[in-house]
Amino acid sequence: MSVLLALAAAFLFASGTYLLLQRRLSRILIGVGLVGHGSNILLLTSGTGGGVAPIIGTADPTDFADPLPQALALTSIVITFGVTAFLLALGYRSWRITHDDVVEDDVEDRYIARRRNADQVVEEEALAEREQAIEEDRR
Amino acid sequence: MNSLVALPVIVPLLGSALSVLSAPWRWAQRAISLVALTANVFVSVALLISVDDDEMLVMQAGGWKVPLGITLAVDRLSAVMLVVSSLMLLSVLVYAIGQGSEESRYAAFNPVYLVLAAGVSASFVTGDLFNLFVAFEMMLVASYVLLTLGGRPRQVRSGMSYVVISLVASTFFITALALIYSATGTVNMAELSQRIPELSPGVRTGFSLLLILVFGIKAGLFPLFFWLPDSYPTAPGAITAVFAGLLTKVGVYAIIRSQTLLFPPDAQQGSFLLVLAGFTMVIGVLGALAQDDLRRMLSFHIVSHIGYMIFGLALFTLAGIAGAVFYVVHHIVVKTALFLVAGLVERRAGSDRLSRIGGLVRSAPMIAVLFALPALSIAGLPPFSGFVGKFALVGSGIESDEWAIVAVSLLVSLLTMYVMVRIWSGVFWGEPEDPTIAAWIESDDSRVPRLMTGAATAVVALSVALMVFAGPLYDYAQRTAEDLLAPERYVEIVIGDHE
Repeated sequence: MSVLLALAAAFLFASGTYLLLQRRLSRILIGVGLVGHGSNILLLTSGTGGGVAPIIGTADPTDFADPLPQALALTSIVITFGVTAFLLALGYRSWRITHDDVVEDDVEDRYIARRRNADQVVEEEALAEREQAIEEDRR
Repeated sequence: MNSLVALPVIVPLLGSALSVLSAPWRWAQRAISLVALTANVFVSVALLISVDDDEMLVMQAGGWKVPLGITLAVDRLSAVMLVVSSLMLLSVLVYAIGQGSEESRYAAFNPVYLVLAAGVSASFVTGDLFNLFVAFEMMLVASYVLLTLGGRPRQVRSGMSYVVISLVASTFFITALALIYSATGTVNMAELSQRIPELSPGVRTGFSLLLILVFGIKAGLFPLFFWLPDSYPTAPGAITAVFAGLLTKVGVYAIIRSQTLLFPPDAQQGSFLLVLAGFTMVIGVLGALAQDDLRRMLSFHIVSHIGYMIFGLALFTLAGIAGAVFYVVHHIVVKTALFLVAGLVERRAGSDRLSRIGGLVRSAPMIAVLFALPALSIAGLPPFSGFVGKFALVGSGIESDEWAIVAVSLLVSLLTMYVMVRIWSGVFWGEPEDPTIAAWIESDDSRVPRLMTGAATAVVALSVALMVFAGPLYDYAQRTAEDLLAPERYVEIVIGDHE
């Protein structure tokens, strides 16, 4: 059982990671969901193995399944659910603005990079001019 | 006194609920937020005094015993973080009200801001690793909303990457929690402190590194900081100040707490963290140098200074950790002050591009003074608090014979000075290079609301107060470091509490 769960978690992590590395928010969203499920399965298997439902009065407490990982997984599912809903709203907003949901490069980064290249061009031109002047002097 | 521990979380959450109910009346929302955050300041100060005089405070939620219930604990480190963060949250709220834009336009601002406050406080008071995850999420979800409030294209773009990277970090956190729980059978930090030493060294180191990865993303540690300078500057003005001052420091707090409390000395990643600290400092400051946008420059600069805090921690000596704690406190105040002043500059000059604005020293001398004080402090000039912090860190580095990191930190200090000088000459000296900017400065629209200037002045005054009271504060930091280096006491009080 736990081998099966471990394999399931591994598969979810692997496919989720692949989707997370995509550029489109819709794919990233599915990726986030898969990775989240993977970690929840991992949480569930972290308890002390199976048992009966941990409700006091229904069975001997020594036979109980560990309730804590279930509580933790439930909390994490709720949180992932909320954030996924927020991401969906963000993706919709992005679609309204650009008709696309591609996560773009940082605009300012590109601006800074271009500025640096512009400096380089200026420097190269200056260097070329100076060399030309030296050349003319020699003549 | 022990029941006070939960108040810094409960008060803002209650305020948030009330604020949602009073959504149609902005004045009521403002009153609720101001009262809640002011109350938080008083509660935090009371906690600080009590914890420093006496013993750390512990509360078991609902009276459940340690492995079952949720532990809330305030020691010296938590208390000082609570005081500084509550002061910053209050000042920034006043600033946001004065600024008027997002706060007055959206009814969601006040409730979400209070949830952010509750999340920050909860991260500081929790004594349970899973609860720390919940506190992080509370804080992050609030920050997602605040970051994208307004839904402008560049906010949506940077919001996407911010939310996704935070989600990835959260997933790592859940994974780490699952692994730690299956190895130790608990997520209570005090119990973990007893059980982790029983694990095999490889597993311990793995956990230690996994937690550094999780908290490193939040703190903006090299090489996990790329999301930070991209997303922070796009938030509404006042919000950037809170993010810059507090959110990354919550990550730093979590690194300090987990490394000192959970792991025995042989699993603490001293030399690894030192290397990370060095790279964080250098890359951050070089990134800041390349920028043209004032708030982006300051954002890169946060990254650089996270390196200093990690440097102090990574030594794992009394002087080092004391220096790190002092530096965290100093940096929260000074960085918030700088971002608030950046907001003033943007309001007065109509832009925050260094290549477009200039000459503010003549048109707005008050803003120039307000910028100069925290800028000199962050550059580490004596007698400002930044100097005291850097002096303590460098001293402890020399004591531990870590010459490489000392050299790096001094070099970065110089470069920081250079960054500040660049901002100064771009913003305050010269003439506005853009005629529309010059016309804007002349016009009446560029007048800065009194409340904004007032709130910024208060935070700058606080940063000056840090300089005046640097002695007592450093003594306090030293007592904090003593506590952190002897986690047995923490464990004893938390676990012994219910007996």
